[in-house]
Amino acid sequence: MNSLAGSDLLLQIIYLLAAVLFILSLKLMSSPKTARHGVWAGEVGMLLAIVGTLLHHGIVDYRGISMGLVLGSIIGVPLGLVHMTAVPQRTALSHAFGALCVTLVGTSEFYLRAPNVPPFMMAVLSAEVILGSLTFTGSLMAAGKLEEVLPQRPITYKGQNFVNLSVLAIAVAGAAVLVTHPGHMRLFPAILGISLLFGVLMIIPIGGADMPTVMSLLNSYAGLSAAAMGFVLDSKLLIIAGALDGASGFILSVNMSKAMNRSFSNVLFGAFGQEQVAKGAAGQEAKPVKSATPEEAAAILGAASKVVIVPGYGMAVAQAQHKVRELYDALTKRGVDVKFGIHPVAGRMPGHMNVLLAEADIPYDKLLDMEDINPEFPQTDVALVIGANDVTNPAARNDPSSPIYGMPILDVDKARTVMVIKRGMSPGFAGIDNPLYYLDKTLMLFGDAKSFVGDIVRELGGGHS
Amino acid sequence: MVQSDLVTDLYVFILAAFIGFEVIRRVSPLLHTPLMSLTNALDAIAVVGAIILAGEGKSTLATILGTIAIVAATSNIVGGFLITDRMLKMFKTSRPTKS
Repeated sequence: MNSLAGSDLLLQIIYLLAAVLFILSLKLMSSPKTARHGVWAGEVGMLLAIVGTLLHHGIVDYRGISMGLVLGSIIGVPLGLVHMTAVPQRTALSHAFGALCVTLVGTSEFYLRAPNVPPFMMAVLSAEVILGSLTFTGSLMAAGKLEEVLPQRPITYKGQNFVNLSVLAIAVAGAAVLVTHPGHMRLFPAILGISLLFGVLMIIPIGGADMPTVMSLLNSYAGLSAAAMGFVLDSKLLIIAGALDGASGFILSVNMSKAMNRSFSNVLFGAFGQEQVAKGAAGQEAKPVKSATPEEAAAILGAASKVVIVPGYGMAVAQAQHKVRELYDALTKRGVDVKFGIHPVAGRMPGHMNVLLAEADIPYDKLLDMEDINPEFPQTDVALVIGANDVTNPAARNDPSSPIYGMPILDVDKARTVMVIKRGMSPGFAGIDNPLYYLDKTLMLFGDAKSFVGDIVRELGGGHS
Repeated sequence: MVQSDLVTDLYVFILAAFIGFEVIRRVSPLLHTPLMSLTNALDAIAVVGAIILAGEGKSTLATILGTIAIVAATSNIVGGFLITDRMLKMFKTSRPTKS
């Protein structure tokens, strides 16, 4: 055991403290009551680690550092102040930034050390750079799709999986050669380029409904690449932070894949999109549906004693959350028990609906997960579906021929009356017809979610008092 | 890196991953979006590596790439903590005063 110089020891203790604060920060996230303390714990840990590092004796030149810190803060503030509806794309962008940092550091480390890199070091360095660069381009693509600067439709072609996996395999094979022959330095930029390309190819077949899974997966990759960087720099703090982030993304990915009834291996390598067969459109005659006006909907809602609202991405697109809050207020004022049933994959990232509804000031104890709300549907008078489709499709429960058979859904069809606010009868993202709409108890409310809910609220306000 | 350091690092990684699983399993799905932005901010501790790289002045390439890396990571730290706190501030319960 070699003895550390005093200042080095102090720095290591500061890092240890930061690591403890990071773990504490995530632990405090377990409840909405303590979650903000978690953010503070994380901030203190981060500040300690950065200040400690700045005092590190090895640093001789502060020009780049101060420039980077100032510029990063200037970019960071507006990214922290985006509107809540833009949170998914902001998060994707931040995955990209995190991965960019890791990739750049990895690249520099390679050129500082090569060609004398021991095999294990080369292996983690390759893992860092491959994961970092594919996460960088992949996250940029995801952000582009979410921001709608890129076409949102999944683009698929024959043999896509084979092409993608081959590209990744080439990058890994290149890394393997570098591990055994670190002298082949020209392989490095090739590995970098191929991984960047793979990130793009990986996201091309992704459509909107897959986004929650992809976001979680990119989250996990970003964490793992940071952990690999920790190995390269022998920084235990970075290994811990990366492992925590990787674990978090992994848990979310598993949750999302369960909620979509995909096998985890299917998700792990980005084999999304392809499986969705647009078979719904064929062979379906115009079956009769019942529709209702805002007045009729308001009358039924006003007479109910228990209402469950099921929001989906359509609510976010229509920016209807504030009108939904007015509906919540109007019904609650009449003594109606109103709750929200939230499917894990509703929206474009895990927890997306909760954030939008919390922003609209709906108390979080009214926002229930799938497992908690499902037993309540049989006692529910009205289930009001706003901009959600596949996550309410009973075919997932009882039609083995349906492409989404087996996917856990919100049992809205067990409520006494179902109302569905929808623009028209077009099938959802997956192109699957929803038998829910043809049930006797279902009323279709055709129109824009925001204005329709607004109309219902007006009726409820005018009808009474 | 010495072989024993490497083994220690592996221990650290595995143990931290276990802690991560146990701690994050307990986070309510209600907070999954802020969780993702928080872990993203914490992940930006990579800035520490970038600072050393940019500050040591070992090569021009390292200084330039290190500086860009600092920009990327710092924007995640500042933006990540800021938006996480903004989101968490919005979560209110109906129990105390809300009508």
